[in-house]
Amino acid sequence: MSDATRRGEMAAADLGVTPGSGAGGGGGSGRPGRETLRLFVRNKAAVAGVVMLVGIVFMTVAGPRIYDNDPKHIVAIPLTGPGELEEARLGTDYLGRDVLAGVIGGGTTSLTVAAMAAAMVLVIGVSIGALAGYYGGWLDSALMRFTEFFQVLPALLFAMVLVALFEPSMWTISFAIGVVAWPGIARITRAEFLRLKNLEFVRSARAVGATDWRIIRKVVFPNALPPLIVSATLIMGTAILFEAGLAFLGLGDPNTTSWGLMIGLNRGNFLTAWWSVTFPGLAIFFTVLSFSLIGDGLQDAYNPKLRGR
Amino acid sequence: MLRSIAARIAQALGLILAVMCLNFLLIHITPGDPATVIVGESGAGDPELLEEIRTQYGLDRPVIVQLLSYVGRVATGDLGDSYFFNRSVTSLIAERLWPTVLLVGTALAFAVAAGTMVGVATARRPESPLSHGATVLALVGFSMPVFWTGIMLVILFASTWELLPIQGWHDVNYGEGILANVLDVAEHLVLPALTLGLIYLAQYSRLSRASMLEVLESDYVRTARAKGLGERRVVYKHALRNAVIPVVTVIGLQFGALLSGALLVETVFNWPGLGRLAFDSILRRDTSVLLGVLLVSSVMVIVANLLTDLLYTIIDPRIRLRERSNV
Repeated sequence: MSDATRRGEMAAADLGVTPGSGAGGGGGSGRPGRETLRLFVRNKAAVAGVVMLVGIVFMTVAGPRIYDNDPKHIVAIPLTGPGELEEARLGTDYLGRDVLAGVIGGGTTSLTVAAMAAAMVLVIGVSIGALAGYYGGWLDSALMRFTEFFQVLPALLFAMVLVALFEPSMWTISFAIGVVAWPGIARITRAEFLRLKNLEFVRSARAVGATDWRIIRKVVFPNALPPLIVSATLIMGTAILFEAGLAFLGLGDPNTTSWGLMIGLNRGNFLTAWWSVTFPGLAIFFTVLSFSLIGDGLQDAYNPKLRGR
Repeated sequence: MLRSIAARIAQALGLILAVMCLNFLLIHITPGDPATVIVGESGAGDPELLEEIRTQYGLDRPVIVQLLSYVGRVATGDLGDSYFFNRSVTSLIAERLWPTVLLVGTALAFAVAAGTMVGVATARRPESPLSHGATVLALVGFSMPVFWTGIMLVILFASTWELLPIQGWHDVNYGEGILANVLDVAEHLVLPALTLGLIYLAQYSRLSRASMLEVLESDYVRTARAKGLGERRVVYKHALRNAVIPVVTVIGLQFGALLSGALLVETVFNWPGLGRLAFDSILRRDTSVLLGVLLVSSVMVIVANLLTDLLYTIIDPRIRLRERSNV
């Protein structure tokens, strides 16, 4: 439908018709409103998620300074249980390394990789989704075919192939996760752009002669933010699971400690030393859980009608 | 209807072709000369041998010719040879395909059946403790790394309860006859399938709960109640059919994720499927096997998506009718 209307509006703009509403204002901007924030803070689960995440980030950032055992150093007899030793409160792994130090130190890798991967997912997904949704037509079909193609590749397997073909490092791992995880974001962005692009304020921006680039960036995008913020939060959780899975399979950066890697390395001994796999796993679990809780809380706060669904 | 099915199949074939091209691309962008990789392990810096390998594998021909011949070979079922086993990749994959299909199929059936049941039960009483419990479980299930869930179950079942086997898919001696064979595999299947199914159980229960809540508010459900139908009949006969549609969609979309999960679960339980094969191939640097698994798994996802779309039209006659009126 839009082509005819758009042409009509272009003509109107050429004739110097001034639109009523201001262009570029873009309805309610991307900054979460006071009401959204109030709803979010009232949600106990979401607040618990924030507290959990702050705790984990604090542990990761400040932990190594307070508790200075090196996670890669051998500190005691291998496979000692938790509570038996002063120098390794959560026990030691199969080489005698401190499990607690690993849990504290492993967070850096997981969170960094997840953040880099999520950033990449957002850049790819939002660009493709925005172009497809805004321009429509053949570009939309072509980009959506491309997205479909990435959706049929089993994500972890594809990421594994990418990391295995190149050398595992923080960069290649983030890159691989980014490459496999963006289609969901592209679809959400496209749907939002499709919904928004013919609304009045976008049309008026177009009518005063704003360029497509400006409309995409300043008018449509800020209004598409709420679902994207929710997905970005959930993507962080997914990225952490991906990183953990790859590291568990031995495709982690060999120069760093990570939770998934600890579980993978201790896989042969988990029946004799449950603590060496249980604690790193709990760390992954709580990190992902915190992102899920925050994501759900944001979702409910942006869309109070959908609460509990 | 027929035309739309044909179009859908054509689309699936296009995707398969695209996956082949990707595989070819991956072989070619890999750092290092494939010929050196092939020769490499046997320790030859011998230029004559390298030249021979290049001619033998057609690496001296133009890229486009190589691509066409690659697609042609793959289309006839030739995925190359495994350097490690010195066997055709196709035969290796054929051997490992069945255990993966069995594992994924069981996990999926369990997750869909149990998830829908939980979802429906909790949607009928959205404020009950059971309902809140299911919401919490869904979150927990989603947040646990699947390989860790598997390890935790193994610890529980191997050292605490000692009920079920935790490794492989066969005992060394499982007795004579088909029945003993089937029972033995089934026993080994319980834990891996449960591990893989739990995440999806969580997601499907959440999804079917949401869609059931929505359907139960719709006009036709009110009509059904108003004309005096029993609650059971309203929920399980009238509402359920509409409520499962989103679940069916998601099964197709998530099939790739399910296979990814199977990869980790197979590694934990030493289940002799495709995932385990992919994992071992990485350790052995057996790239042709790894890429073969990627190709076959992607084809499985494409086929699963196709089947879901067709299943759709059976569950939801409106889709059929809409298309008929369009054509």
